[in-house]
Amino acid sequence: MRAASHPARHSRHAKLLVVRPDRRIEHWRRSSLPDLLEPGDLVVANDAATLPASLSGTHLPSGRTVEVRLAGRRCLDPADVNEFAAVVFGEGDFRMRTEDRREPPPLNCGDRLALGPLTARVERLLQQRLIWLRFDGLPTEIWEGIARHGRPIQYAHVPLPLALWDIWTALAGPPVAFEPPSAGFALSWGVLATLAERGVRVATLTHAAGISSTGDLSLDARLPLAEAYRIPDTTAQAIRDARKRKGRIVAIGTTVVRALEHAGSLDREVVAGERLATQIMGAGSRLRVVDALLSGTHQKGSSHHELLRAFVDDRTLDRMDLELERRGYLTHEFGDSILVDRCRLSEQIVQPVRDRRPIHDLAMRRSERIFEDGRQRVGPQHLPAVGSRTHSPH
Amino acid sequence: MGAQDLFEAADFGRPLERQRGSTDHTNALLRGRRVAITGGTAGLGLAMVRELLSRGARVALVARRRNRVERVARELAGAHGIVGDVSRKDDIHPIALQILGALGGVDVLVNNASALGPQRLELLADTECEDFEHALATNVLGPFRLTKALLGSLAASAREGRGGIVLNVSSDAAVTPYPRWGAYAASKAALHHMTRIWSEELRAEGIELVSLDPGDMDTDLHRQALPDSNPASLKRPEAAACELSDAIEASLSRSGAARATAMEAELR
Repeated sequence: MRAASHPARHSRHAKLLVVRPDRRIEHWRRSSLPDLLEPGDLVVANDAATLPASLSGTHLPSGRTVEVRLAGRRCLDPADVNEFAAVVFGEGDFRMRTEDRREPPPLNCGDRLALGPLTARVERLLQQRLIWLRFDGLPTEIWEGIARHGRPIQYAHVPLPLALWDIWTALAGPPVAFEPPSAGFALSWGVLATLAERGVRVATLTHAAGISSTGDLSLDARLPLAEAYRIPDTTAQAIRDARKRKGRIVAIGTTVVRALEHAGSLDREVVAGERLATQIMGAGSRLRVVDALLSGTHQKGSSHHELLRAFVDDRTLDRMDLELERRGYLTHEFGDSILVDRCRLSEQIVQPVRDRRPIHDLAMRRSERIFEDGRQRVGPQHLPAVGSRTHSPH
Repeated sequence: MGAQDLFEAADFGRPLERQRGSTDHTNALLRGRRVAITGGTAGLGLAMVRELLSRGARVALVARRRNRVERVARELAGAHGIVGDVSRKDDIHPIALQILGALGGVDVLVNNASALGPQRLELLADTECEDFEHALATNVLGPFRLTKALLGSLAASAREGRGGIVLNVSSDAAVTPYPRWGAYAASKAALHHMTRIWSEELRAEGIELVSLDPGDMDTDLHRQALPDSNPASLKRPEAAACELSDAIEASLSRSGAARATAMEAELR
C-alpha cells in the first residue's frame, strides 16, 4: 500500500473498507461511517491529545546531536511528568527512514541530555536505544519545555514538518499520546453530529498511544509498550447501557481495543479507572468487550495488523489486504480506514494460533521488563485503579 | 436559560445583575473545576483569577509577558501560569497543551484577552489595516483557535457532568456602533456572533458558550481607549469578576455539573 503523505485529517475522499460479520467485504466512503452504525451502537474513541514528543538536543558526555522520542509513561497523572521511557536516535531527522537513522552515541546511566530548554538524565538503559529518562524541574516547567521545544514524532512518508494541529483529533483532550490515535481523524464534529442524530452514542477513554516504530527490529517486535489508560465512569456506564440495548461496542482505533479489553479481561464488565494496558493482542486474544473496530489500514506484520487477527480469521484478512492493495487504499496515519466487525465465533475458521495463552501473559512480562522500576508491577490479575477514587475493583 | 438568554440578560451596556456576593456562594459549584482564562495578569482577567481561586476552582492563566505571568503565579497559590499570545497561531496549541497538561483537562474556558487594535481610538477610515488585523487576531481568531483546540476536552467535561462552558468576554460595543471604536467593536461583534453560532452547533454535545459584557471597567484597556475618563465613574474589575463567576456557576448548575459535584460529595 502507498503511504498517505499529506496530513489530511478529515478528507472527504477517504475510503473505508468494511468487513461484515459474515466476512463480506464492501467499499464505502469514510464519511459514510454513520450509515454503517445502528441506533443503540456505542462508539468509543480515544480522546488523548498527542504530545510533541520529539525533542532534539545534545548528549552532553559526547557532545553529539540526538533526537529523543518520548515513548511511554507509567501513568496519566499531569503532575507525574518527570519520567518517561524514550527512544534515542543519533543525528538526522524524520526525513530519513527510521531504520536508516544513525545510532545514538553510547549511552550510560547518569548521562546528561540538553533538550532545548529542558535538561534530563538517563536513569536506566532498557534495551538498545530505549532508555528511561528523568527530566529536571517542576511539572509546569516540563510541560512548557515540551510544548515549546517538542515537535510531533513523524516519519519519512510525510515530507513536510507536522504541526500539532495536524495530529490532534477533534476529540483531543489530555495530552498523553506519543503518536496520534489516528483512527479518530474519522470523527469530525460533523460526523459526531450525524452519529448523534442516528441515535449512536459516543463515549471516550484516554489511552496514551505509544510509538509505532523505533527503527530497531528487535525493539519493534516488542511494541506496543505498556500504555496507561483511563476509562471514565460515564464511559463504563455507557458500555453497560449499550449492552443492555444489544448495541455494538465500536472501538475507534486499536488503542481503544487494547484499553477496553484490558479493562474487561477478568470479567466481561468494563471497570472505570486508570491502569496500564500491558497485553499484546493477536489471533489468540478473545474479545470480551469490543464488537467492531474502525482503524487505519495496516501493513501485514505490524502490531496493529496482528490485533486485527482477534477480529477476523487469517483467510479473511488476506482477502482484505488484497482488496486494500488492489483498490489503492492509502496507509499510515493520514491514510484510509477499515471497519472490521468481529466475525461470529460459531463461524470462525480455525487458524493456527501463535499464542493461545491469556492475552496478558506473554506481553505483560515483556512490558514489565520495560517498565519495571520497583514502583509498579501491574497486570490484569490485580488491576490496580491508579488514581481512581471511585473504584477499587478488587 | 440558554446561552442566548444569558446574553440578553447581560443586555450590553448595563452591568450584569449581581446574583450573589463573592462570599456567599454556598453551592461551591466551581470547587475543583478546571478553569482556563486568557489575559489573566491584569484588569478583569486578574480579578477573575482571584475570584475563581477563592471559589475553589483550579485555574490556568495565560498572558503574554513572562514576568507578569510568573508574578501572578507566585503570588496566587494554586494558579498555573502559562506564557503565550493568543493572537499568534503558533502559540495556540502550546498554550492548549499546557492548560491540559497542568489541569488534566478543562471544564471552563474564559476567553478574556482583548486588544483595542490601534494604540488609541481612531476613526475607522484612519485605522491601519494591520491594527484591525491585530484586533481580529486577538479578539476573534484567538478565541476561535483556542476554543477549537480545547473542544475535545470541553466535550469530555460536558459528558462527565463537570462543565463544558466557554465564556467569551464581549462588550456593548459589539452591538452599538460607537464612532472611533471600529476595529475593537467589529471584532467583538464577530466574537459575539461566533459564540451564538457555536452555541447552537454544540448544544447536543452539552457545551454551553456564552458571550457577556462585563460593563465599562477601570482597566488598562479602558485607559488606553479613553485616558481622560474618571476611574471613579467606572466599574471595578473585581465587581465584574464576581458577576461573571456567578454567571459561570449559573451555567454549571444547568450543565449537570452540580449533579456531579453532589455525587462527588456523597462519595467523599
